[in-house]
Amino acid sequence: MHVLPYLVAAYVFLIGCYGLATSRNLIHAVGCLAVCQSATYVLLLAVGYRDGATAPVFSDIAPGSRPVVDPVVQALTLTDVVVGATVTALLLALTVQISKRHGTVDPDELRELRG
Amino acid sequence: MHRLLPLLPAVPLLGAALLVAGGRWLPRPLAETFACLVAATTAALAALLLFHSTPPSAEWVGGWFPKGGESVGIVMIGDGASLGMAALVSLLTLAALAYSWHYFDEPPSGHAGSFPALMLLFQGGMCGFALAGDLFNAFVFFELMSVVAYALTGYRIDEAKAVQGALGFALVNSLGAYFMLMGIALLYARTGELAMAKIGQGLDQAAAGHGPDALVLAGFVLFLTGLLVKAAAVPFQFWLPDAHAVAPTPVCMLLSGVMVELGVYGVWRVYGLVFSGPGGVPAADATRALVVLGVLTAAVGSVMCWYQRHIKRLLAFSTIAHTGLFLVGVGVLKAQADEGTALYVLAHAGVKAALFACAGMLLDRYGSVDEFYLHGRARKLRGVGIMFAVGALALAGLPPFGTGLGKAVSEEAVGGPLTVLYVAASALTGAAVLRVAARVFLGLGPRPEERDDEERDEDKTSGSDEEPETRQRLDHVPATMRTVPAVLLTAALAVGAVPGFAHAVGERVDEAGAWGVFSAVHWTAHGVLLDLLSTALAVGIAGVAVTRPRLLAAPGWALPLRRLQSGHVGDYVAWLLVGVTLLGALALPGVLG
Amino acid sequence: MTRRARLWLVLLGGAGLAALLAAACLRLPAFGGARHPYGDRAVAAALARRTANTIASVNFDQRAFDTMGEMSILFAAVLGCVVLLRQARDEHRDPPRPAEVAAPVRRYALLTLPVALVTGLYVIAHGQLSPGGGFQGGVVAATSLHLMYLGADYAALERVRPVEAYEITDALSASAYLVLGFAGVLAGAAFLANTLLPLGTFNTLSSGGVVPLLNAAIGMEVACAVVVLLARFLDQAVEIEEESGE
Repeated sequence: MHVLPYLVAAYVFLIGCYGLATSRNLIHAVGCLAVCQSATYVLLLAVGYRDGATAPVFSDIAPGSRPVVDPVVQALTLTDVVVGATVTALLLALTVQISKRHGTVDPDELRELRG
Repeated sequence: MHRLLPLLPAVPLLGAALLVAGGRWLPRPLAETFACLVAATTAALAALLLFHSTPPSAEWVGGWFPKGGESVGIVMIGDGASLGMAALVSLLTLAALAYSWHYFDEPPSGHAGSFPALMLLFQGGMCGFALAGDLFNAFVFFELMSVVAYALTGYRIDEAKAVQGALGFALVNSLGAYFMLMGIALLYARTGELAMAKIGQGLDQAAAGHGPDALVLAGFVLFLTGLLVKAAAVPFQFWLPDAHAVAPTPVCMLLSGVMVELGVYGVWRVYGLVFSGPGGVPAADATRALVVLGVLTAAVGSVMCWYQRHIKRLLAFSTIAHTGLFLVGVGVLKAQADEGTALYVLAHAGVKAALFACAGMLLDRYGSVDEFYLHGRARKLRGVGIMFAVGALALAGLPPFGTGLGKAVSEEAVGGPLTVLYVAASALTGAAVLRVAARVFLGLGPRPEERDDEERDEDKTSGSDEEPETRQRLDHVPATMRTVPAVLLTAALAVGAVPGFAHAVGERVDEAGAWGVFSAVHWTAHGVLLDLLSTALAVGIAGVAVTRPRLLAAPGWALPLRRLQSGHVGDYVAWLLVGVTLLGALALPGVLG
Repeated sequence: MTRRARLWLVLLGGAGLAALLAAACLRLPAFGGARHPYGDRAVAAALARRTANTIASVNFDQRAFDTMGEMSILFAAVLGCVVLLRQARDEHRDPPRPAEVAAPVRRYALLTLPVALVTGLYVIAHGQLSPGGGFQGGVVAATSLHLMYLGADYAALERVRPVEAYEITDALSASAYLVLGFAGVLAGAAFLANTLLPLGTFNTLSSGGVVPLLNAAIGMEVACAVVVLLARFLDQAVEIEEESGE
């Protein structure tokens, strides 16, 4: 149990990489990239967890009355989420243009840029 | 003085935001002048801080100075290496903005400020990455420069190639960034810190007595994967030629001149601060990993460079070859090699940006960057031809160009068989560029023939029938476009020729590095001879290729290598995974032992 | 490369990566452990600066510089999408026809819109006190406007969100964040220093010094950025047509 969450993160990351490499559709590939990124959320949050702890917000609990989880990884995850969302938007914008210029979103059928 | 460190990324970012806010009403020349001013201000600030960078300083953003050795803030590093990179970034951005001045293709209607604003954001991201002393902060700025680079690469949305190249670039680099973040999470779990120096100490404490373990190895491999994707090391390099072949010329100047090199810089910085202690990755293993990848990169880059006819793609492969040399220089972990590599990077930035600028002028004048199509057509562009040829010779290491000095100093530091690699890679890439110069600007040799047997996919990426980047084809090349490469080449010459400059660079790099030794950087007879040898080889190979094309035509065995560059993003990701495994295997022995 | 060859490469590389990750996971400190040195320091620093939500303190005070980069990434991505999804040379704009909307959908959307908008603004305003903040609230506020698209039609949406105004506000809020950073330097403290304003009373709206201001700037920036992003994608889906078609 004490390493299971980490192994889940590793599994999610690997499965995302597999999907990205074998994808037949660029929108699906962008989704696979988001899967890889989700693995980083899982890993960061798992690293910051503390047994029996609550959220590090002191508007309704007295400071010091209960243990809290690591707030730094939560802030990092928030940054990571924003980065992921913006990258996804940009990738999808490029995919829109690819589908217009190439008439397909299947990476197997994109015939430019070889050699 | 170090108070001002955070301004280096912040000034261009603010400039970009204001440009977007006001860009709707600003006429185009005003928007471009404003962007140039912001880039120049940042460059001046970087130069000022660089001047005051002895002894190296650190700044805790937000005033979170450490109490009892511990802080909750973000640290920025202000030493010769980081500020030198920031200054290089700023100067090159200024050059690229000046090059695109007024002539670059129309911006989206009502957004006169959007292209210069993106360039400023790019500058801000790269400056922030260069100064980062905190792993997560480095990741954030790494992503910033990546995101802007994707958008700039796909800028010409009317071209099928441009959007495909940009998407491949974006997918592979984003995946690399997530590898990096996985590495950060692992290192944070072990040490509970994010500042690079503190993580280094934490690893040493945790490993006291038994040395590094699998966690350290994984942190090393994952973090370096992100950086090596950016640095386009083999087998992570596939995205680079695709992106560089399609990106607008001013963007190529920045991508090839400094963004790729920032990946190598990141490797140097992170190894020095995080992994060089007893709890990190042993020096022998780091050297093995970096030198093996560097040698592969230089070899693949040079060979592929030789077989290109698309001029921008050819230059892109030469960047890969040189990055391989930089990786070897950083990988041998010697003070003198660091100095040589720093000089090499500086001068290479000037030379490569100038060469891209010349290729851009060909594109805008003739609507093609195909070596075959342009054969003899550019005779009229005499000035551009001279600059292109001088750039080729500088790439091959002609003294007293800074590339020659950097190469000579690195060769002396690495010694042995690796010297051959430096000579061969610079000779072959220089020869390829010289060959283009002789054919395109002088019309020498027979006109190269198209293959008459059935067309291969590999020949389609020829660079003919490209859209010029200006509003219409230029009848004459404007003065700003001509001036920029001339200035850049002069700067590359100055790096090697101005007495005392190389010494000052060497001193700053040594001070920033972890070596604690000072070695003098200067021209030696040995170095000059090797430089002359590689230049002579370049001229000779190019001469044979132009006069007897059949003798050096692509042999059959090169075809599989070229086929690997398939333009398919799935292939690139598969190679990335293989690269991670290779990197892990190369660094493994120290962890097992 | 053939699909089969690629699959073999993926399996080879993936096996190596899997081994590396698994070996690293086994060496990680046990899940739920008590040792979080940086986290403990961050909690203490947040309380010292009278910020009830430690994560807001990390984002807008202790590591506000990261957030500056993050905001710039969002800003750059929006600018990038505006550039990438512009009208290409061979395209023209074709305003969509008004669409019929089922009455219950219309009622539901128009009823929920103000509620969602206020919720978004509330989440932004209480960022330094309770879970949430500029990023989360900004997204809620921005999406609430798009209920107009569901409840009425595209033309109605365009009336409530003049995209140009949102683009400019996006840039101005990004500038505001940076200017607040510069203020620290001008005042003789450090960049993004949270020492200029009084820290206020713990657990009230005006606590945490500069944190609420930075949080508000981010809230504005995110709300405007999301509106502009969605507008560009909706333009592509609804309005921009290729010349050759129809």
